[in-house]
Amino acid sequence: MLQIFTHANYDFVGKRRIAYAISIGFTLLGLAHIAYKGGLAAGIDFSGGTLIQVRFAQPVKVDQIRAALDGIKLGSAIIQRFGDPKEYLIRTQLSGEPLEQLTRRTEEALTTAIGKLEVRRVESVGPQVGRDLQIQALYAVLAGMAGILIYVAFRFDFKGGVAAVIALIHDVIVTLGAISLTNREMSLPVLAALLTIVGYSINDTIVVFDRIRENRGRVLRKGQTIAEVFNTAMNQTLSRTMLTSLTVFLTVLVLYIFGGEVLRDFAFALLVGVITGTYSSVFVAVPIVVDWENWLARRERAKKAVAKV
Amino acid sequence: MRRYLWARVGLVAVVAAASLWYLYPPAKTINLGLDLRGGVHLVLGVEAEKAVESQLDRAAADLKGTLEQKGIAVTRVARQDHQITVQLASPQTWGEAVTAARDFRGYDFRALDQAAGRFALALSDREVRRIADLAVRQGVETIRNRIDQFGVAEPTITRQGEDRILVQLPGIQDPERAKALIGKTALLEFKLVDDRVTPEEALAGKLPEGDEILYQRRVDRETKAETKVPYVVQKKTLLTGAELNRAEVTSDPNSPGNWQVAIEFNTVGTRIFGEVTEQNVGRRLAIILDGSLYSAPRINERIPGGRAVITGQFTVDEARDLAIVLRAGALPAPVRILEERTVGPSLGADSIRQGVLSVVASAAAVVLFMIVYYRVSGLIADIALVLNVLILLAAMAAFHATLTLPGIAGIVLTIGMAVDANILIFERIREELRLGKTVRSSVDTGFARALRTVIDTHVTVLVTATILYQFGTGAVRGFAVSLAIGVAASLFTAVFFTRLLFDLLYMGRHRLERISI
Repeated sequence: MLQIFTHANYDFVGKRRIAYAISIGFTLLGLAHIAYKGGLAAGIDFSGGTLIQVRFAQPVKVDQIRAALDGIKLGSAIIQRFGDPKEYLIRTQLSGEPLEQLTRRTEEALTTAIGKLEVRRVESVGPQVGRDLQIQALYAVLAGMAGILIYVAFRFDFKGGVAAVIALIHDVIVTLGAISLTNREMSLPVLAALLTIVGYSINDTIVVFDRIRENRGRVLRKGQTIAEVFNTAMNQTLSRTMLTSLTVFLTVLVLYIFGGEVLRDFAFALLVGVITGTYSSVFVAVPIVVDWENWLARRERAKKAVAKV
Repeated sequence: MRRYLWARVGLVAVVAAASLWYLYPPAKTINLGLDLRGGVHLVLGVEAEKAVESQLDRAAADLKGTLEQKGIAVTRVARQDHQITVQLASPQTWGEAVTAARDFRGYDFRALDQAAGRFALALSDREVRRIADLAVRQGVETIRNRIDQFGVAEPTITRQGEDRILVQLPGIQDPERAKALIGKTALLEFKLVDDRVTPEEALAGKLPEGDEILYQRRVDRETKAETKVPYVVQKKTLLTGAELNRAEVTSDPNSPGNWQVAIEFNTVGTRIFGEVTEQNVGRRLAIILDGSLYSAPRINERIPGGRAVITGQFTVDEARDLAIVLRAGALPAPVRILEERTVGPSLGADSIRQGVLSVVASAAAVVLFMIVYYRVSGLIADIALVLNVLILLAAMAAFHATLTLPGIAGIVLTIGMAVDANILIFERIREELRLGKTVRSSVDTGFARALRTVIDTHVTVLVTATILYQFGTGAVRGFAVSLAIGVAASLFTAVFFTRLLFDLLYMGRHRLERISI
């Protein structure tokens, strides 16, 4: 029988200060990088603009495309390789020029300068739509977290709900930071990935919380500290946490490798999200509850002490 | 615990059979999204305010006519925001004018200055909203009509939010033409040409009151050079395309190679057209589409049959499309293209290939992992996984959901998440076994204890998938749908069906000492 972590006995809670430092470090790193770049780079879904995806018959260099586009005053376009070196994305701001005309101009200029090509995808998003989507996206992520907060608070307790949502915020920021650090951009699929992370990374936290409650329902050994109860629960469920995350990680990795360029950013966000989601349930959500309960207990003792005097 | 064993087997059999039935044949039942089959996705913004304005303009003209008919002189009737302001020539006519004005339904009367003879009719906010709403709804209908006549298989035309229309045209060959067809307001108007002044005089500033200058586009066939010829026409619209009965493409007998659109009015239109032509013999009647003049033939005699021809150097496709938009009617308000996505068929084919590869590869990875790690139990979970994907696809077919590339990603994620429930259950069973419990009790406890956690984890994914669906547009919505269905189905397959397989395989034995997990 293949098994992992059967007799795990790690002191997760005891290491929580280090974990806090690491979590805050990663969060700040992500935020700092986003701030340094003047905000998260947004794809045309959110910023508006046009996108033309072309595929050449033979490999082409960015400079060749740039030179060809300079000739038709599209020198400011963003040119991105899309998968293999035959395929490129050309992104421009909206100029009021009809999309067909822009596409035709681009196609003609590139055909003359470089050679045969195929226009595979043309997209154009108006600035209004982009702005609307930005706001809606923010609402969607907030609503997702609010939904989780309500559900966890209802199923467990308020402390657990808050701790879980802090862990989720951590996951979302770290994922966004990773997107920024790897020069990817925010798009609709990435938003879908973020919401999926919100819904999925809470799962490991729920598994641990469920176990904590179950253990507490049984006889609490005299003198057992909160930290011990939580450590036991986390060690008992460690194999579960790792294995469930592993299967999802595997499938997302497959998507990242085989899913094609269109899904690559989406899969990347999920890869980061699954890892940070597993980490944060053990090192963010549970420790916060531990500290919260410890703080409550101390306050209780202090009150009693005052009452005695 | 083997209660209702055969009833449970029956339920699973029914679900599996129904799934296969809904799925057969897959090529027909699974509805592929635009990103997979290629096509055009458009989001149109309806300028509903324009519909409100034109409603106000019509009411203003009506009001002026009504007052003048009653012998009440007015110096000015104008539209201002959402109201019509009226300046009477003399305040003495106030009482009479107010009585007439109060008859306008949907408008609130506001006395601005009785002594000066100034009042306003304001359109209530409710009425404004009603007109705007109607404009969007009629817009959807009109566009659907046009696309139906144009001939696109399985188009989607739906309202999106307050003032947007989503149009999806799968597998279309000529996106430009389709867009021109959809975006055209197609307001056909007939107005009289004012021959009192020449266009040159009017352009020099001597435009008579109540007139406007409209242009006719002329394209030289040889040089493709475009010229614009100005015309002075009276603003008053005599007749619109709303009174049309038919519009057909015919060849232009006077210039071979050019096509024209023959139109025929309905009864009301025929009567008005007859009157107009009778009263204006010798003058020129301008035929105007969306503000540009197409032709201005001279009226030689009264035309009783309600037939006319629109000429204008059309190619056969242009004439055909014009006939379509005229038959389908004008949009009550102009539309703008806010968002546009065109995917070529080759990219779609690539995406399908990559999507299928991802599903197969991820399924292989997960199936293998489960067998290696959990042996026979893993195999049981794998069988449940197959049923899960089957139900997922069948549900998408049954609900006519659209499978997009992100939707395929949703299936891949479902494969990874569905076995999570089994992992939670199996790990729990292993734990119970380690505690020295019997196999039977371990399995029972494992399923019972893990169930709560499994339900919790499913609910959270469903919560976010639902939000994503609410938010989602197009492709992302496809992801939310497949993920939600897949995860919901896994409650049935990974818990109910897996348990059933355990019962069939192990729990019936008299002596159950070992279990492959």
